[in-house]
Amino acid sequence: MDVKDIIKPENLVYEKTKVLTKTTMHYCPGCSHGVAHRLIAEVIDNLDIQDKAIAVAPVGCSVFAYNYIDIDWQEAAHGRAPAVATGIARTNPDKVVMCYQGDGDLASIGTAEIMHACNRGEDIVVIFINNGIYGMTGGQMAPTTLVGQVTSTTPCGRDTALNGYPLKITELIAQLPGTSYVTRQAVHTPAAIRKTRKAITKAYENAMAKKGTAFVEIVSTCNMGWKMPPVEANAWMEENMFPFYPLGDMKNSEKGAVEECYKQN
Amino acid sequence: MGELRLMKGNEVIAEAAIRCGCDGYFGYPITPQSEVMETLMEREPWNETGMVVLQAESEIASINMLYGAAGSGKKVMTSSSSPGISLMAEGISYIAGSELPCVIVNVQRGGPGLGTIQPSQADYFQSVKGGGHGDYKMIVLAPASVQEMNDFVDLGFELAFKYRNPALILTDGAIGQMMEKVELSDYKPRMTDEEIDEKYGSWSTNGKKPNRERNIITSLEMQSDKMEAKNKRFQQKYAKMEVEEVRYEAIECDDADYIFVAFGSSARICQKSVELARAKGIKVGLLRPITLYPFPKKVIGEMAKHVKGFLSVEMSAGQMVEDVQLAVGCSCSDAKVEYFGRMGGIIPSPSEVVEALEQKLIGG
Amino acid sequence: MAKVKGAVVVDKEECKGCGLCVVACPYDVLAQNKQVNSRGYHFSFMENPDNCIGCTNCAVVCPDTCITVYRVKL
Repeated sequence: MDVKDIIKPENLVYEKTKVLTKTTMHYCPGCSHGVAHRLIAEVIDNLDIQDKAIAVAPVGCSVFAYNYIDIDWQEAAHGRAPAVATGIARTNPDKVVMCYQGDGDLASIGTAEIMHACNRGEDIVVIFINNGIYGMTGGQMAPTTLVGQVTSTTPCGRDTALNGYPLKITELIAQLPGTSYVTRQAVHTPAAIRKTRKAITKAYENAMAKKGTAFVEIVSTCNMGWKMPPVEANAWMEENMFPFYPLGDMKNSEKGAVEECYKQN
Repeated sequence: MGELRLMKGNEVIAEAAIRCGCDGYFGYPITPQSEVMETLMEREPWNETGMVVLQAESEIASINMLYGAAGSGKKVMTSSSSPGISLMAEGISYIAGSELPCVIVNVQRGGPGLGTIQPSQADYFQSVKGGGHGDYKMIVLAPASVQEMNDFVDLGFELAFKYRNPALILTDGAIGQMMEKVELSDYKPRMTDEEIDEKYGSWSTNGKKPNRERNIITSLEMQSDKMEAKNKRFQQKYAKMEVEEVRYEAIECDDADYIFVAFGSSARICQKSVELARAKGIKVGLLRPITLYPFPKKVIGEMAKHVKGFLSVEMSAGQMVEDVQLAVGCSCSDAKVEYFGRMGGIIPSPSEVVEALEQKLIGG
Repeated sequence: MAKVKGAVVVDKEECKGCGLCVVACPYDVLAQNKQVNSRGYHFSFMENPDNCIGCTNCAVVCPDTCITVYRVKL
């Protein structure tokens, strides 16, 4: 059978979702942001919530996320996305708000905002892109940078005596009673991506069902910051990131369940 | 006649917010303004009007909650006191840069740093000259009574939405804490989502409707020519405010040889000082700027042609006096401009203001 | 042998030549072109179209969503 006979509308099995805009993403080749954006757009499309989904973009490489997903967006100050999301969500309870943050944004400058939004149990979706580095500013050390990892501000590798330890913020967030669903996923293989799509779907469903904060970490690559080609970066991530940031669900409940145990104390 | 009550300034801010159809308040405790949020929490407006009240984890969070809610077209406010407003400076700059309407209340205390918890007016520069980064202005309203604390909440929102710009109510611990008779405003209903869509659908992020493009709230612009164009548009907006929104009160200025220029608490003191001075035979009046930005420079310039001098009376080291000097200087008048003030949370007494007038302007 | 046959269309101007689809393909269908697109990227193309089963793996891993997948049952 000729290729031309296969490429027909009736045989279509995968195409770009209409919730993604036509704008070419500014990300470097192979960047995990692209896949994460697409998954969010696909979930919004599948759940048919384009008219009620509002998102908050962070400061960092994904500051322009609003150019790519065709929903209403607000661009937050560095680290403040969860507070911005709180403001929107509280005053628009029939909408569903997502905040999209990198590790520099969420785990460093915005630690207070994310902790308290999760602790209050804001009914929002948080997508946390963890690539262990500050991508946009040129590959500096992030709180999530691994011990010994070379970055532009740890040229000899992260030294714990000088820089402290990599922060497993998702593990901390899983302890908070306001969170309903906390998971760590990746987007390096087709199987992992399909799992992440399910996780994001569940996160949106939880937020809409007012179960509390749904938090999805995506362990990601930063090819340019790590200074390696995309395929190599994926292998490096599997070998180095996953042992320290293991994939899987950390919590799957709802805030009400946790409240019960608080009442007993 | 509206409902009359004896209330604290801070409590009135809360009551006025509920009554003017405010959609949300986000705040963080700080003396001397904590009664604003306490009153709201006690009133539980979410049961009455659906207004959201939330205690944030910091002033940084509360101003960013305001940014989010304001971006979705909601009528929202926050309040704090001086150190808290400093923390909000980044967020205020973003709000101004994204052209969002909101009301911020600063119940000032003495600074710098942690300073005192007593009243002060030392955040004048911060309020009228910027505060955060970039070229922006806030509309700054300075109430001098508990009644104006009530009235300026509604006025603040009106101006904020008219210009899509943050409005600041710049008051201080004295007016926040004092009790006075107040005529409360009548209740206005909150806007429905449909009304918000209709009025602010061109920019508000309350869910992309099929009949419109997505809305994006951002202050970011990568191309400097576009950013400059945006700034020029902001400047036009501020110029319009300077023409249309100047508010002031002139007391016994018509025959005056000397003018006190004072706002808020200082203006109340100066009202008594006018009486004392006139009893001594000194013809003095009071010009009370109600909008600190836009500043009533034109009226001061006009007065400068007829009076011998101005005394800027402030609870700061002399900040507003610079704007008075500018206004007088621009009118090519020989009128003298002097400053008198107290700092650190001390309110000047009416008689020391008169003494300062005699020493600095009449005797000198 | 496979009872399905697939084909992919790569938007060659959108492709940034990251090569992730090449390694994601279980049947070595895709390769990076020796030529470059207008932005200078070695865009992906079907080097061995006969092998394609339309599994969508390439499209799923593509960060730039520039792959469309078709499949027919034989």
